[in-house]
Amino acid sequence: MNRRTLEEKIFIVLMLASVFIVMGSLILIVAVITLNGVPSLSLEILTQTSEGGFYLGPGGGFLNAIIGSLLLALPATGLAFLFSIAIALYLQKDFLHPSFANFIRLCLDILWGVPSIVYGVFCLTIMIAVGMIGGSLLFGIIALTLLEIPIITRSIDESIKMVPTGLKESAYSLGSTKFETAVKVVRRQAMPGIIAGVLLGFGRGIGDAASILLTVGDSNYFPSSITDQTAALPTMILNLVSMPDQVVQNKAYAVAFILLVIVLLISIITRYLTKKSSKHIIK
Amino acid sequence: MSRIKRIDVLKNKLLLVSIVSLIFSFIFLFIFKFFFLFVGFLVLFIILLLYNFIKVTRKLYDVVGTRLMLFITVSVIFIFFLLLASLIQGSFRIIGEESLSELAFSSTWKPFSGEFGLFAVIVDTLIVTAISMLIAVPISLLSAIYIAEYAPKKFRNIVRPFIDVLAGVPSVVFGLCALLIFVPVVRDTIAPFFGNKISSGFSLFTASLILSIMVFPIIISLCLESFNSVPLALKEASLSVGATKWETVKKVIFRASGPGILSAIFLGFGRAFGETIAVAMVIGNQELIPKSLFGPGQTLASLIASTYTEVSSIPILASALIFVALILFIVVLIFNLLGYFVLRRASKRWKY
Repeated sequence: MNRRTLEEKIFIVLMLASVFIVMGSLILIVAVITLNGVPSLSLEILTQTSEGGFYLGPGGGFLNAIIGSLLLALPATGLAFLFSIAIALYLQKDFLHPSFANFIRLCLDILWGVPSIVYGVFCLTIMIAVGMIGGSLLFGIIALTLLEIPIITRSIDESIKMVPTGLKESAYSLGSTKFETAVKVVRRQAMPGIIAGVLLGFGRGIGDAASILLTVGDSNYFPSSITDQTAALPTMILNLVSMPDQVVQNKAYAVAFILLVIVLLISIITRYLTKKSSKHIIK
Repeated sequence: MSRIKRIDVLKNKLLLVSIVSLIFSFIFLFIFKFFFLFVGFLVLFIILLLYNFIKVTRKLYDVVGTRLMLFITVSVIFIFFLLLASLIQGSFRIIGEESLSELAFSSTWKPFSGEFGLFAVIVDTLIVTAISMLIAVPISLLSAIYIAEYAPKKFRNIVRPFIDVLAGVPSVVFGLCALLIFVPVVRDTIAPFFGNKISSGFSLFTASLILSIMVFPIIISLCLESFNSVPLALKEASLSVGATKWETVKKVIFRASGPGILSAIFLGFGRAFGETIAVAMVIGNQELIPKSLFGPGQTLASLIASTYTEVSSIPILASALIFVALILFIVVLIFNLLGYFVLRRASKRWKY
């Protein structure tokens, strides 16, 4: 065995080790959260709000946080989707000069990299300017929408780039306008990317703590209007962890377990739907 | 004939929907007191009503649709500059009261007595980010190479979902795991091993460990993208002159996708630099210049998360925190631009 093959052998071992570190860390995270979270789960904790003694003792539940998180993430994803699909379709060569489109892509990439806490602070400055300190559902939705737009746009844009030019040209040659081609032909062809992007954005939105930490405040009840403060799953985990009582701290793992289940479900749904929708695209 | 009929039916349906939306808007106004939804449904009603009475041609569709898309696209640039402008405008107040050099080079952060020195926090941030990148880059690079070049196809199909899911795990969950696993491990094993017996486990090193795990999926997926775009002919040429697979990887693939790797590292750096919650949960939250890696610290992002609650009692603190956010934004901006220019230069020089 000479030096060259020895070097190769050593690096293959190192590579295998690092792949198992990466995979192992995910397995570890899922295992730890499941093992600690499942024992403190019960029907009661899933179906009650956290009024009264949820942060003090064994009773109560976190249904209001689940509803709050959904009320934050669903409208935000919807809004972000409307913005993203328009942007991504408009970035095509048919509408916009490529150099200008690349400038907008650069802007979006920078926004993609901006830490979510910056969006939180941005909404905080608006809140201070408007005079609504304490937070509300509305500002949480704004922060999450801003966070999700670059994520969703990027994914849709990637799949729109794959749409064959011939397809667009045949749509034009049949007499359809640019807008019709974009909305009816390109949108259908890019469906797998759209689904993946929307669900990816939703997953990021529902799990992101930093942006909503500053903007939604906290509450023990269901939000009754859009200007109410609300609880959300990630911020509730932070609140629970900072409590001194061990029984209360264990509830944080139950909340984290629910959050992790939501994220895993989103991932599975994405796989299923993209597979299903990519059957119908024209290669 | 049938097509015209279908359009008529469609229009009737739209009229029905518009009336239903009017009813909904009043329900929301009077029963639930959701003013925003009332306005939303009212607008929907008006639009649908107009749709029924204005003759909509395909040309009008095209013009209105295209203009609307242009408007939304331009608004993204507007958001970008609004973000920058509002952060700059918000941090005017703190820059006016304390000089920039005092903000950057004084290391006493005591908001209650009006001292806002960020030096210690900046040093901590750089240390944490640097260590996490030192851990994350080799591991991610090696795994990306394995997945792209060595792994059998079956294994590749198993690993890809793992990386996607890891990228989607919320940062709070990472923080919680770090709290449960890394903090005791650092306190009981790693810190005593390096001769630090008083470490509480809430330390710079713990934060770097969890950050490196959070950065794995970003670097791996970006590197995989650029490894997969290396043309097969380049690899075949290298293999045909007798190079081993590892030599091909080292001398051809790494070199051909060098800019891609570099820009992946920049993006990973940006992510690690701005990560907030997971860091805030394990770093100890004390604005000190670190004496050892196993002591508590504070990063720029976690500073915002752990002190924002006092904004209402100290008005100028808000301005200081906005200034911190501005630093984060500008650093991320610079690193993204660097990544972009590296890639662009490379794509000009490398034409294969």
